[in-house]
Amino acid sequence: MKTAGRIYLAFIIFFLYLPIAVMIMMGFNRSPFYQLPFQFTLHWYSVLRDNTQLITAGWNSVFVAVATTIIATTLGTMAAVALSRSTFRGRNVLRILLLPPIAIPWLITGTAMLVLFYWTGIGRGFHAMLIGHVALAIPYVVLVVGTGLQTIQTDLEEAAMSLGSTPLHAFFSVTLPLLYPSIVGAGLFAFAVSLDQFVISYFLATPGFTTLPVQIYSAIRKGFEPDINAISTILLLSSMALFLIFAIFVRPGGKVDKR
Amino acid sequence: MPAEGNVPASPRSGGNAATAAMPKWVATVALLLPTYAWLTLAIFLPLCAMFAFSFLSATPMGNEQVSFTLQQYAVFQTQPYMIEVAIWSLMIAVATTLGCAILGFLAALALARAGLGRSRQILLILIVLPFWTNQLIRIFSWTMVLRSGGFLDSVLHFFWAGAPSIGFLYTRPAIVLGLIHGYLPYMVLTCYIALIAIDDEIIEAAMSLGARWWTILFKVLVPMAMPGLVSGCVLIFVPVIGAFMEPRILGGPVGVTLGTVIEDQFTQAFNWPLGSALSFIMLAVVLAIFATFSGVLRRNASA
Repeated sequence: MKTAGRIYLAFIIFFLYLPIAVMIMMGFNRSPFYQLPFQFTLHWYSVLRDNTQLITAGWNSVFVAVATTIIATTLGTMAAVALSRSTFRGRNVLRILLLPPIAIPWLITGTAMLVLFYWTGIGRGFHAMLIGHVALAIPYVVLVVGTGLQTIQTDLEEAAMSLGSTPLHAFFSVTLPLLYPSIVGAGLFAFAVSLDQFVISYFLATPGFTTLPVQIYSAIRKGFEPDINAISTILLLSSMALFLIFAIFVRPGGKVDKR
Repeated sequence: MPAEGNVPASPRSGGNAATAAMPKWVATVALLLPTYAWLTLAIFLPLCAMFAFSFLSATPMGNEQVSFTLQQYAVFQTQPYMIEVAIWSLMIAVATTLGCAILGFLAALALARAGLGRSRQILLILIVLPFWTNQLIRIFSWTMVLRSGGFLDSVLHFFWAGAPSIGFLYTRPAIVLGLIHGYLPYMVLTCYIALIAIDDEIIEAAMSLGARWWTILFKVLVPMAMPGLVSGCVLIFVPVIGAFMEPRILGGPVGVTLGTVIEDQFTQAFNWPLGSALSFIMLAVVLAIFATFSGVLRRNASA
């Protein structure tokens, strides 16, 4: 039974990684029509260097992701502190209101943003995407930081305050340093959410301002060459690296006592 | 409680209230306001605007005459092909969810019971890792595997030179395969969390009483892991019913789903009221699913 289980797991991992491996391999393959047998080349990476559209879109993605990370981490951390450190009526309602950005299909939220932003004159482009990406990232930040806060006992803050510290000072000198790994983890999470976001960006992109996934989607529909594989490989590997760093910072279910 | 004797009863509101600059509720509101204002602008107001749009007779652009109407919601009567589209969308979503449930439950079971020790954590990360990468790129990757003359065909031809093409890109099974690939890690995670909570002794008791493996599977493991299975199904079904990029890329001409029809209304046909109405019908389905399973989801989230 145990051997069967291991063979099955190997099969599942093979299934999950097969297309990714093929995609990466084809970025190093000479044929522009994805023909095998495999002949190694770096040609498509040098083609990519001259593809200003993809490069610009790639930098745009990074700009949006950095801005999203800063705003969402700040706002989300503030909300997480309020939601876990004070008790008031309606707290559960506020918690439930964090779910729609995650739970409603992005197709619906994305088209809804398009309608409102068009209607009110906010328009599309960088600022519109930023509004959308931050809203999608905030719930994850609140979740990660909120989980981090639960592992820090309030008695430390209370001890600091009983020794004459103000609540604000206690927070900044006691809680925040302890919370640091969770906040960094939440920031990485927000960065990855924004970097990989396609649906919202797709509806809010303008011809002058697109992100990498939007550019890749239109390339797939209009015809493309393996330099798409090259940029996809770069994006894929950066996301994976981000996840691994995240996993190190916020050990999910980790047993480390943060005191 | 003796410990609290020499500490001011509730430090923040009590002893330090005199020294604290502001009352506590002001701080709470100040901390929460930015987040909820942002969510209002980005999520709640747009949904209201779209709801209003769904009652318009045409997109209010240029000099278009616009009036209030319910006609957009009658789309399934006025355009009968939409019923077929909706049925295909549902079938794709159901097939994807079922596929994920079977493959994912077994993977979680293997992970929880195969006695892998410390490598279990690494395997779990390996399974979740691709989930963390761009869904669009993973779907695009499948086109290279599945198209005729693609990777799948090349492998087949390597073993059997004159074999016919088995590439099935631009079919509905290709869409389902791509979607299963995209959402499988959700199911593995939710089932795994449910399965590791099951005590080994229960299974040992069942075995010592002579239960066969299928009895243990269907009478013990599946029922006890049911909350995980249900959560996984909801978490997969909801985004899949709104999928548009996956059917577009992997389905080609047959990849017409509710998602792609909505996308077209906003990007090609510029019939925003119809797109809004379809979005709201989809939202109603999603909310109904969440309402039905909210009990299971909440118990699972708190576990």
